[in-house]
Amino acid sequence: MKRNWWKALTVILLLYVAVAGLLVPVPRLAILNESIRNLYFHVPMWFGMTAILIASVYYSVRYLRTPTAEFDIKAHEAARTGILMGCVGLATGSIWARYTWGAWWTNDPKLNGAAVAMLIYGAYLVLRSSFTDEQQRARVSSIYNIFAFAVAMPLFYILPRLTDSLHPGAGGNPAFARYDLDSDMRLVFYPAVIGWTLLAFWVAQLATRISVLKLKVYEKQLA
Amino acid sequence: MQKDFRLEWRQRAALNGMLLYVSSTVFVCYLSFSLRGGQLPAPAWNALFWIVLLFSAVNAVAKGFLQESRGRMLYYYTVVRPQAVILAKIAYNALLLLGLALVAFALYAVVLGNPVQNVPLFVGNVLLGAVGFAGTLTLVAGIAAKATNSSTLMAVLGFPLMVPMLLLLIKISKNALDGLEFEASRSSLLTLVALNLIVGAVSYLLFPFLWRS
Repeated sequence: MKRNWWKALTVILLLYVAVAGLLVPVPRLAILNESIRNLYFHVPMWFGMTAILIASVYYSVRYLRTPTAEFDIKAHEAARTGILMGCVGLATGSIWARYTWGAWWTNDPKLNGAAVAMLIYGAYLVLRSSFTDEQQRARVSSIYNIFAFAVAMPLFYILPRLTDSLHPGAGGNPAFARYDLDSDMRLVFYPAVIGWTLLAFWVAQLATRISVLKLKVYEKQLA
Repeated sequence: MQKDFRLEWRQRAALNGMLLYVSSTVFVCYLSFSLRGGQLPAPAWNALFWIVLLFSAVNAVAKGFLQESRGRMLYYYTVVRPQAVILAKIAYNALLLLGLALVAFALYAVVLGNPVQNVPLFVGNVLLGAVGFAGTLTLVAGIAAKATNSSTLMAVLGFPLMVPMLLLLIKISKNALDGLEFEASRSSLLTLVALNLIVGAVSYLLFPFLWRS
């Protein structure tokens, strides 16, 4: 229990987010109306994705310093979880866009940036699958992972701020000041960010364990 | 470092091929648009120009690593530091792409008309673009050369990575086309320079690891 307290915290936070996010009163804004509740689900996905991708880069760097299979598996599973979070973020965002902006997909710098970032990380998976030698695969994909992160992050956090966007805070402002003025929403939003981020790490941990087990079974079969 | 640069220069057999590649691409564009007759609108001119450059850049840089034999790689490995190799390769590719881009621009302007109103800004932008493309694609080519299906991989890895840069480049060159004053594109230019620096620094740091395997 001592080491797993954060999983309990994840469950509690996400239950709280699900209940409070749907029940607590929200400010009435034109166009947005009740769909503003999606803020608790759509926006934390990107926080979770960024956090888990940072973790992935961290393990890639660790791998380059001391090459062990463990770090490679961790980096890979973290990146995959990041892709999952990104896809869920795109899906929730797309639904939200349908009801507020009127289309499933708009030509918005953030949407395009997110889609391209998914392509970049999709290329990471393709790259991994095109090696036969495990050590070389691990090394080259670590290198690409670090490089991709360095290129993809400006896409998320710098470029959309330079151009006009339908998203709040595009004209150079940080994104949250306008929506979070309501303190009731803050009370749900911050736990939601923490909860979804922790969930991402939990998923990555489980996936890592499965991969490690598979590796062990494979090695046993070889022996 | 300088010697390495000369080594790169010596195997410039691909250069003529690339020049021809660019010219024929531009000419194909010209012919396919001349069917409609009349002048291309400026945004289309701009987009087409950068797409031509993008494809020729991927092709030009891919040759650098894929054509190298294993023996020569081993020879470099014993003679020079990996940092020198990557810097030389980036510098060479940047010059190559710059040359290609200028040739492409000249041809393009001749056959499709030249709507650029602020030529110095446009050329500076092309220069930054060449450096940025070289920085990104050199490492990607190195990565792709390690894998089995490298020519597909080169495109798959390279295109999405170049999108942030390409967006900025197209924006700035749109400003140059419209003849806006320098102030309008200064923040984009600075971001582009910063992005180039990030890409260059990351390539410089990561290449030794790639080289060792």
